Amino acid sequence: MDEGALMNFLANVSLLLLLIMTAAGAVLVKDLIGAVLILGSYSFFLALTWAWLGAVDVAFTEAVVGAGLATVFFLLTLFLTVPREKQGQLPRVQWPVFVGLPLLGALLLFVATDLPEFGDPASPPNTHISPVYLENSLKDTETPNVVASVLMDYRSFDTLIETVVIFTSGIAAALLLWRKKS
Amino acid sequence: MGQIIDIWLSRPNLITFILIFLWGLYIMIAHHNLIKKLIGMYLVQTSVIFFFVTISAKSGATVPILFDDGAMQPVQYANPLPHVLMLTAIVVGVATLGVSLALVIAIYRQYQSLDEEEILSQRLE
Repeated sequence: MDEGALMNFLANVSLLLLLIMTAAGAVLVKDLIGAVLILGSYSFFLALTWAWLGAVDVAFTEAVVGAGLATVFFLLTLFLTVPREKQGQLPRVQWPVFVGLPLLGALLLFVATDLPEFGDPASPPNTHISPVYLENSLKDTETPNVVASVLMDYRSFDTLIETVVIFTSGIAAALLLWRKKS
Repeated sequence: MGQIIDIWLSRPNLITFILIFLWGLYIMIAHHNLIKKLIGMYLVQTSVIFFFVTISAKSGATVPILFDDGAMQPVQYANPLPHVLMLTAIVVGVATLGVSLALVIAIYRQYQSLDEEEILSQRLE
């Protein structure tokens, strides 16, 4: 590995370590408001990692929707309920969990050998359909941002149905919150 | 065996995905507190999105915003298609999170507790 590749690798690994630490902290902290704020910082580190991988639009969305809106939802829920979990409770020990989850992890590690190498430009997901979007989007839609042109132009029905999903979930949340206590 | 460890070390993002995914799944199954269960659900969602964004990365490529309409090479830009699909997934994930948090508030109004064991024991009475 030359020096630039090593620097890239170290930057990546340090971001990933921060991700794992904040993901662990968000669950281990007893105070629920603290846990939710650590989850917000996890979202910001995730956005940073994605921006570093070249996915700037996904990073913006995660920073706004994931770190902002999800944290606000969690905090609103905590203000309407209790901000602390009950003391002296550890997660239950159940044997299906302690057999099933390591098995699933071993399976995922086993199939890792078949996945393309990290950052390989000739991997199957990077060669079949996505070069067509990259080559034709400026000609077809005159938008330099390929993500925007695919989202709003080539796959606009996808986005339309997505707004239907958000509308439905908004109605569902409103109906649940207006429900009279039986 | 050494070869397999080399394969894992060359895919650090995949190892992180597996760790966060299993951690979130474990918390969803085992934790008592409903808010902590939802934090676990959020971790599972974002870890899967993280995996897809990792697949879209190309080493030496820049962000998928075209700056030159001359000789354009797809190798120069990151794969935009997983980005688009994951934008949708992030927003839908937060929508499901909102509905489940509303459900948690409704449960709290009924049972005055966020603890799974307490709610179950109240239901059995």
